[in-house]
Amino acid sequence: MSNATTLAVGFPDLSKMTVARQPHWRRWLAAAAILVTLAAIGRAFANGQIEWSYVSRFLTARVILEGIVNTMVMAVFAMALGIALGVVVAIMRLSPNPVLKSVAAGYTWLFRGTPLILQLLLWFNIALVFPTIGIPGLWSARAVDVMTPFLSALLGLGINQGAYTSEVMRAGMLSVDAGQYEAAKAIGMGRLRALRRIILPQAMRVVIPPLGNEFIGMVKATSLASVIQYPELLHSAENIYYANSRVIELLIVAGLWYLLVVSILTPLQMLLERRFARGFSQTGR
Amino acid sequence: MTRHLVAIRSISKTFGEFQALRQVSLDVSAGEVLCLIGASGSGKTTLLRCINQLTPVDSGGIWLDGELLGVREEGGRMHRLTERQIARQRLKTGMVFQRFNLFPHKTALENITEGPVQVQGRDRQEARSEAMELLRRVGLTAKADAYPSQLSGGQQQRVAIARALAMKPMLMLFDEPTSALDPELVGEVLSVMKELAQSGMTMMVVTHELGFAREVADRVVYMDHGAIVESGFSRDVLGAPREARTRAFLSAVI
Repeated sequence: MSNATTLAVGFPDLSKMTVARQPHWRRWLAAAAILVTLAAIGRAFANGQIEWSYVSRFLTARVILEGIVNTMVMAVFAMALGIALGVVVAIMRLSPNPVLKSVAAGYTWLFRGTPLILQLLLWFNIALVFPTIGIPGLWSARAVDVMTPFLSALLGLGINQGAYTSEVMRAGMLSVDAGQYEAAKAIGMGRLRALRRIILPQAMRVVIPPLGNEFIGMVKATSLASVIQYPELLHSAENIYYANSRVIELLIVAGLWYLLVVSILTPLQMLLERRFARGFSQTGR
Repeated sequence: MTRHLVAIRSISKTFGEFQALRQVSLDVSAGEVLCLIGASGSGKTTLLRCINQLTPVDSGGIWLDGELLGVREEGGRMHRLTERQIARQRLKTGMVFQRFNLFPHKTALENITEGPVQVQGRDRQEARSEAMELLRRVGLTAKADAYPSQLSGGQQQRVAIARALAMKPMLMLFDEPTSALDPELVGEVLSVMKELAQSGMTMMVVTHELGFAREVADRVVYMDHGAIVESGFSRDVLGAPREARTRAFLSAVI
């Protein structure tokens, strides 16, 4: 019985056999059914009352291109404001100071608890509450002049985003091992320096996937700013179809642009993730 | 008798219902190596954490190098120091953790230079060359640019010791530095600690390595239920313990 392939009586010898590939008939069947359905939907749209020549003509129209630029500018600035607020509020939320904690919780409660479109309208119409704004004795201006569609949209989207981002950042900071705070303290770091140098860089690894998600949401949420006359992509598409009544065509144009932008953002997010995975990637975790 | 570098006077600490430290007093002289032994929950780790103020004491006082830690006395009352003042006091102690706690997003070298450069504001080049010297001392010159995840547990702990030493502390605290290591990696960490002890560093070591305590420690303190049961020269405490509880512990461990 010294030979390993020698078998006891009654057991078949499997040592020379390989495992056969499974045929997966059902997967093939399902894939075929999906393709047929997609083809049918595509055919319906091709034969429906859509003038595809309008879609291709307006896809690169100047107003639409300006719209997508404005959309991206707003998304980037509002997200930057949202992240800045989110980091500060998350730090306040995790602080031992009850005043800071309550302020942070109140902010999140207020701006997460009301619809974004309502907040945008409030910012845009703030002149009804405060006709003039300014610092007494130093500077003042009429609120209607200050609250341009751009500034209203930036404040509305950014401050609302900050409320959501603060929760993402808080989760990221909590995910860092408590031993890291202690190690940072043990080499003489104060709370803020430990957060900046040790905790936040490690939290970034965890928060980038949800933040990427939030940014994609932001790109699309800018379309709400069309209600306050900010000339972003959807607003531009609407202006065109008010004039030429090609509603579906223009909505398809806008939809294609949103899809394209989001498709580009996904690989960018993966690059960022790799950057912040320094020191973690080698273990294959 | 050398003067006391550390003077601990009747400190107590409670976590909820659990009394971790009961009126503990202890002196440590400069250059002394002191090992704290005892079962888990006996308060030895809490004692260590109180010294570098990761855990604030409920009552009693700890003096390091003549300075009262964590609080100041004024008008017949104690006032807690600000976080900044406590951070400054911590610079006098170096801490080595059971779970290493290296910064995973920084290389071995960056882990060591982080404190000197960011906290002490020292020159980056100077800090780097000192860090390389420390890495040589713990035998890890070749691993300067490795991330913690690329190092073995023993190597990580040696980097952690170098990181603590880079702050030029007057007291080194070790909290079960070899407990999280695979058995074959314990020796390399203990030999670094032994070399450090021979260089004259004052050390307080919470450990289960009685062989290390016997060989390196000047004094051994046995703790049980938050109090010091017995302390003395290591050969006395480990070789001929006076207290029944110490004898019971030692016979259970060996």
